[in-house]
Amino acid sequence: MELFSLTISEARDLLDRKKISVKDLVRSICERIDAVEDRVKAFITVKEDHALKTAEEVQGKIGKEPGSLLGIPLAIKDNICTKDILTTCSSKILFNFIPPYESTVTSRLMEQGYILIGKANMDEFAMGSSTENSGFHVTRNPWDLESAPGGSSGGPAAAVAADECIAALGSDTGGSIRQPAAFCGVTGLKPTYGRISRYGLVAFASSLDQIGPITKDVRDSAILMNIISGHDPLDSTSVPLPVPDFTAVLGQDIKGLKIGVPKEYFIEGIDREVEVLVKDAIKRLELLGAIPVEVSLPHTGYAIAAYYIIATSEASSNLARYDGMKYGLRTEGKDLIDTYMKTRANGFGAEVKRRIMLGTYALSAGYYEAYYKKAQQVRTLIKQDFEKVFKEVDVFITPTSPTPAFKLGEKTEDPLQMYLSDIFTISVNLAGVPGISIPCGFTTNNMPVGMQIIGKHFDEESILKVAFAYEQSTEWHKRRPNL
Amino acid sequence: MKYEAVIGLEVHAQMLTETKIFCGCSTKFGSEPNTQTCPVCIGMPGVLPVLNQKALKFAIKTGLAMNCKISPYSRFARKNYFYPDLPKGYQISQYELPICEHGCIEIVVDGEIKKIGITRVHMEEDAGKNIHGEEEKHSFVDLNRAGVPLMEIVSEPDIRSSGEAVEYMKKVRTILRYLGVCDGNMEQGSLRCDANVSVRPTGQKEYGTRTEVKNINSFRFVEKALDYEIRRQIKVLEDGGKIVQETRLWDSTRDMTESMRGKEEAHDYRYFPEPDLVPIIVEHKWIGEIKKSLPELPDIKRDRFVSEYALPDHDADFLASEKPLAAWFEEAVKLGGQPKIVANWVQGDLMRLLNEESKSIEECPLKPEQLVDMLTLIENGTISGKIAKTVFEEMYKRSKKIVTFQPSEISTSSSGEIVKEMGLTQISDKSEIEKVVDEVIAKHPKEVERFRSGEEKLIGFFVGQVMKLTKGKANPQIVNELLKKKLSF
Repeated sequence: MELFSLTISEARDLLDRKKISVKDLVRSICERIDAVEDRVKAFITVKEDHALKTAEEVQGKIGKEPGSLLGIPLAIKDNICTKDILTTCSSKILFNFIPPYESTVTSRLMEQGYILIGKANMDEFAMGSSTENSGFHVTRNPWDLESAPGGSSGGPAAAVAADECIAALGSDTGGSIRQPAAFCGVTGLKPTYGRISRYGLVAFASSLDQIGPITKDVRDSAILMNIISGHDPLDSTSVPLPVPDFTAVLGQDIKGLKIGVPKEYFIEGIDREVEVLVKDAIKRLELLGAIPVEVSLPHTGYAIAAYYIIATSEASSNLARYDGMKYGLRTEGKDLIDTYMKTRANGFGAEVKRRIMLGTYALSAGYYEAYYKKAQQVRTLIKQDFEKVFKEVDVFITPTSPTPAFKLGEKTEDPLQMYLSDIFTISVNLAGVPGISIPCGFTTNNMPVGMQIIGKHFDEESILKVAFAYEQSTEWHKRRPNL
Repeated sequence: MKYEAVIGLEVHAQMLTETKIFCGCSTKFGSEPNTQTCPVCIGMPGVLPVLNQKALKFAIKTGLAMNCKISPYSRFARKNYFYPDLPKGYQISQYELPICEHGCIEIVVDGEIKKIGITRVHMEEDAGKNIHGEEEKHSFVDLNRAGVPLMEIVSEPDIRSSGEAVEYMKKVRTILRYLGVCDGNMEQGSLRCDANVSVRPTGQKEYGTRTEVKNINSFRFVEKALDYEIRRQIKVLEDGGKIVQETRLWDSTRDMTESMRGKEEAHDYRYFPEPDLVPIIVEHKWIGEIKKSLPELPDIKRDRFVSEYALPDHDADFLASEKPLAAWFEEAVKLGGQPKIVANWVQGDLMRLLNEESKSIEECPLKPEQLVDMLTLIENGTISGKIAKTVFEEMYKRSKKIVTFQPSEISTSSSGEIVKEMGLTQISDKSEIEKVVDEVIAKHPKEVERFRSGEEKLIGFFVGQVMKLTKGKANPQIVNELLKKKLSF
């Protein structure tokens, strides 16, 4: 077995028992990147020298200092600020932006001794579902280089699937961790809103954004959750709740656990193979002792509309700071307004412009009540749908995306079709609850399919428990693409 | 036709917190450009605001002092517009749910108390400052001020003249300074105001079309700008024109307002709730605690001065206008000074001496007990009221030297010692004064003649002459008494 294909827990064990050195592991990852990155293009910035240098520093700490990530190379999505290291958000407008500060999540990873291997590609400002909206290059799905890796965390998901890192951090605003995890056959967790600090995460839609782990298995997801969770005084929206040991629930029995199967999620338009695989997975969970219950989330149909108003409204304001005055791209014009316009015209891509315009419109005088306010009311109803059903069940299960990975270029001309690929993930962000996507099988074309397990607010433990029980009874997570 | 003005003021007050409203940067005034900044107040990608709890407390204090309801649930909102001094492209302010609402304060108009409604008091962050003209082709941005906490105090359209507006502004300033939440310094911009002005024929109920006048940054300009704008609007109407709803800028160099932007160009700020900050939940108990910690407020203090010390309204109003001034006065009274006499000295000689050096009462070198000691000298006849003025001024000058660490140059600053040292003790010895009186009468036979033939106001002349010869030390009562006796023969 190659070292680059290890999980965090496997690598930890080998490193702690001195079977391998940190340098061995980092070298293996670097060699893997050298071998496949040309084809996958998961990264915007690769930090091989930095990683090898850190490897030496970290080696001496193993066995002497605490640190659950000592020597573990991780990829970080390029919208998470890393001090003194280029952070572009895959946007030309931040093509040269080097943050003078570290995000809270990466600070916490650093405290545990992680090694940054690179900054991963994404849709510009996390706006997209295929990573085709990157301002720099397209990332390819390691299972089929002609297919999209999903998005917006397509870079981190592809990097994990292609073994270009041991694990990664992504961000999820409407499905941006879960959908690419499903498309790339890996595990992606979107935590409860407020569970993880957003300090240092370049904002897309502040009330929906959440950072989470993208990993090779469920245990690694729990390990990273243990590190990055918890209140942060720098983020008022992070919640001061105690953080449990998420690995403690792994292996616990799921007998008698009630699993909601929302009827609105198995509808026309869903890919036949996806439907069958997810239903098979539910049957398997039943065999493990869980009790499936059909439930209804009646406002599901309004989720995408509400999401695209709220997310774009917040984005239109969040992206106002990119004006060419302080940092990033500046295109000099004949006066102030001209400089603003030229800078933003050159700096932002088409999808970002489209969403800024949508959001600006939705917040404008005379439209605010009809759009933004209405969308917030819908959001409340969706939240109530979840609260109501969670009185009856412990978790929900749905497909992560209606289809397996689609071909590159297939949906770029039709934004609405692209938006629909997040139809099953968006409600989770609107409700603020946690959701995880894990592999639940492969199509006849050997493309991975993901199922989504959704939990109550701050109950990541239940979804990790169910995900782990399922994963341990299957071998899907062990499959690797042929690269 | 007679017209009436309708005015509402929006006052921006900079809060006296040490750090900015959403980050830990200092709020100190006058530092090198961009030295008091961090990723948060510069608006870098991915950073988040965290509310300064002291700013919240200051806003609640202000709301309570202005009789507002404190909202148990309020929130911040984003006000979106592009400008280089606004690093995030939006200002974090409050919109739909401000922290304080529905209050009022009292002002005195022609001796009558008038209530001015307070629509709301809300918190927001200040913007930075654009600097033009230092270099031909470039402008610069200083973000030291970006993120400094402000309160916006919005009045109801209850103000009817520029005079009332000035009274209102003064009252707002007094309250803010009493609470210690704002230094009220208009020159440095810690207190600024915009005015909404309209006029209507006296007796008409409906409001006229209003204009907003911006950039009013001194009490003098409040009066001037409003008078100008009211006159301008009346003239437009009288000439058969219509008022255009617009924003106008006060130009203090030309003493006029001019159009800045019309209704069509008005910004659409696209307000929406700030998702980076959680709603502000203020517990009833905390409001109670803050309420208890409030100082005695100016109106209550003024009323107490009237009832407790029998001061005339005018005196009480003046003394209560500044908390340290009121404290100085009350200290003197506690030490035994007669309230009205102390009030006279404070408003008269003390204020004159302070004003001459543009000093505030906080910088006053004289202590209340010094005044009280001197008043005892007047009471027991050691010095006359007139001589006391000289003593007071000397005492002030000497105390100032002590305060400014030049004590070696002077021996004492006590009034008793000054009187002795300068030989200012009042002459109350009748025979001694009689000699001088005789001398004066002998020297001015013509005036004596005129006095005796009925020109009685000449008594003042004789008193003056006696005082001149005694260097003002003669007891004026005895002088008067002796002169009347001798002249009537």
